[in-house]
Amino acid sequence: MNGMTIIVKNISSWIKILIFLFGIYITLFGHLTPGGGFAGGVILASSYILLTLAFGKRVTDENLPLWLASRLDCIGALLFLAISLVGFLFGASFFFYNFIQQKYLAQHASDFHLVSAGTIPLSNFAIALKVGASLFMVFLVLSTFRPGEPAQQE
Amino acid sequence: MKIPLPWFVAIPLAAAFVLPMFGEKVRKTSLAIANGTMALLFLFSIFSLGRQDVYLVGRWTIPFGINLVLDGLSELLLLTVSVVSFASMVFSIRYMQRYTGLSKYLSLFLLMVTGMNGVVLSGDLFNLFVFLEIASIASYALVGFGCEHEELEASFKYMVLGSVASMFILFGVAMLYGMTGHLNMAYVSQALQGASLRLPVVFALAMFLAGFSLKAALVPFHAWLPDAHPAAPAPISAMLSGVLIKTLGIYALVRVVFNVFGVSPEQDWSIHLSWLLITLGVLSMVIGVFLAVGQWDFKRLLAYHSISQMGYVVLGIGIGALVIAQGGSHTWAALAILGGLFHLINHAVFKSLLFLTSGSIETATGSRLLKDLGGLAEKLPLTRTTCTIASAAIAGIPPFNGFWSKLLIVLAAVWAGHVWLAAVTVLVSLVTLISFLKVQRYAFLGNTPAHLDSVKENGGSMSWAMGFLACLCVLMGLLLLIPDLKTTILDPAVNTVLNGIQYAGDTIANSR
Amino acid sequence: MLYALCFLLFMIGLYCALVKKNMVRIVLGIVIMEYAVNILLIMIGFRIGGEAPILSPPQGLPLKTSLQSVDPLPQALVLTAIVISLGSLALMVSICIRTYQRYGTFDITQIRRLRG
Repeated sequence: MNGMTIIVKNISSWIKILIFLFGIYITLFGHLTPGGGFAGGVILASSYILLTLAFGKRVTDENLPLWLASRLDCIGALLFLAISLVGFLFGASFFFYNFIQQKYLAQHASDFHLVSAGTIPLSNFAIALKVGASLFMVFLVLSTFRPGEPAQQE
Repeated sequence: MKIPLPWFVAIPLAAAFVLPMFGEKVRKTSLAIANGTMALLFLFSIFSLGRQDVYLVGRWTIPFGINLVLDGLSELLLLTVSVVSFASMVFSIRYMQRYTGLSKYLSLFLLMVTGMNGVVLSGDLFNLFVFLEIASIASYALVGFGCEHEELEASFKYMVLGSVASMFILFGVAMLYGMTGHLNMAYVSQALQGASLRLPVVFALAMFLAGFSLKAALVPFHAWLPDAHPAAPAPISAMLSGVLIKTLGIYALVRVVFNVFGVSPEQDWSIHLSWLLITLGVLSMVIGVFLAVGQWDFKRLLAYHSISQMGYVVLGIGIGALVIAQGGSHTWAALAILGGLFHLINHAVFKSLLFLTSGSIETATGSRLLKDLGGLAEKLPLTRTTCTIASAAIAGIPPFNGFWSKLLIVLAAVWAGHVWLAAVTVLVSLVTLISFLKVQRYAFLGNTPAHLDSVKENGGSMSWAMGFLACLCVLMGLLLLIPDLKTTILDPAVNTVLNGIQYAGDTIANSR
Repeated sequence: MLYALCFLLFMIGLYCALVKKNMVRIVLGIVIMEYAVNILLIMIGFRIGGEAPILSPPQGLPLKTSLQSVDPLPQALVLTAIVISLGSLALMVSICIRTYQRYGTFDITQIRRLRG
């Protein structure tokens, strides 16, 4: 797979950055505007999918190979779990304790700013990592299996 | 020691995501982590016996937040899940040596346990659906784990019917949300008691019944089970037959029917519902067992017996519901429900033991067709002993656990005035005995075929797991006979089912 | 009436999943069922003339009366259900691909090794 024509390659090398940035924006502003971790993660994954479609599989193998995507997937999930557990360290003995909001941000009335809502942006980031990596992995795994070829090792 | 309830979900989930980080190289570490997790969950579930608790996640009060509810029924299922999954995990150490992709297997196994613990603990309907899907998707992947012809076909069949069942359940959840404006089971239950519209309620109930019966593989919906359960690796078959169909099917059915909709003499559909449950139970019992007798594949035979034995559980619960709906004595209803629930945990133990022995035979001989086997009694003494114990238990021979629960169901049927139900129960038990005599005859007795001369017993972790479950089979009758054990383990579960819609009041009171 | 149409769509999906012989069509049937349920959930939360349930700085807290906005809970449920169906769809498609590699066909009448 060598990818598509030079036009597609040129355009997508510009577009991919915009898509990636848009994904980061959607993730970071998830607690203020529509969007959030899942939507942002899907957009992040789609930038890599565009890369794979335009440039062929070899380029993605160098940038985000399957094993790295798998690790990122696990890290995202563990990060989300860790955020929910960290509340135990901050005095409250329950899950999903929004410790940042309760301890530090509650004094400053900062609704509708980027730094607000405590742990929610962090969770959004973890979810975006998880969703982006796993969606890209689904795409990669499904696209590398060719019907008709004999079954191959994973 | 008071264990926060989300740990039952969080610990296996964390372990499931830690394991793929190591990759395939470090088998011993992965196995140690997975087994440690299971042992921890086992300890936790023992510690949380006899506790009534409602956990508000993030301390958002219900009905706005998500809550986890631990009551008698949840404790019983939690304990069963952890016992069976612990034994299967120990068994996997040795059994999985011939498979590649160990860390994927362990990860999916742990995800399945996460889903089942979540289903058992969840206090609102949508989370019930989410955890149910987590457990189901993990199990679809595990059924197709071998990636051979039969396994893929079985996995596809299972996945199609499982997804259809999930959609039925989600449709029911959506309808209930539309009618009541709540998802929390306690509030839904309260709102339904004052509901004026009768038809949509019954329609939602029908959706739930169809979905959960598909998940539990009761007879008109059983087509996937005999393919899916034998195709999986043996410890997974033990998990699927032992606990998965019970938590996703029977537990959820009982929870929704008794605690959310409520069975009572005032509601005129209660009697029809109980007869429906009894019919499903009897059909499953009879058809499952007669299909089982003719099988020559050992695991397939066991899978058909799972259908038949689930019929016993549903029959016991259905008789209980009938007695309640007719306004009868709660003592007899309690007896029937006790029989059903006790048979549920007994079946979890002996059926998982039977699947583990089938895995042991398969590992030793390379075949699970009864016609290819023979004379294994001397070659595999431990497997033979444990298999005999489990067969005796499933056929209902006295000192073993299956006898006690079947006895309770028969007694309840007689006292409820349906002698023919008792007769059918005994008859099915007899046919079960015949089919297991066939297993004993063809697998363990008779002449040894030439290609089985060099067969050796599987030592190590496999024998430990089988021995553990066999001891449980022998000793579990004591749960019924020793009053202390009965009052701590079985009675709270029966009371949860019997009290029905009091569940709502209890949950709301506990969450304050 | 619209709810009945949702149920009709659900039944069309069920028919497709149970009757069709091609594995890919069966998968599509299940996807149609999922969408029928999702549409039902969205419709339950919908309110004619309602606003999007998002707070923005000019209005700010406190919430306006809940009668004016669309119920946000079913939307969250649908989002979750879509994620779940994405997972199971990916698994189903991968199983279809592996089955095609083994059997060389998508026709389930020819994929029958399991009987009894």
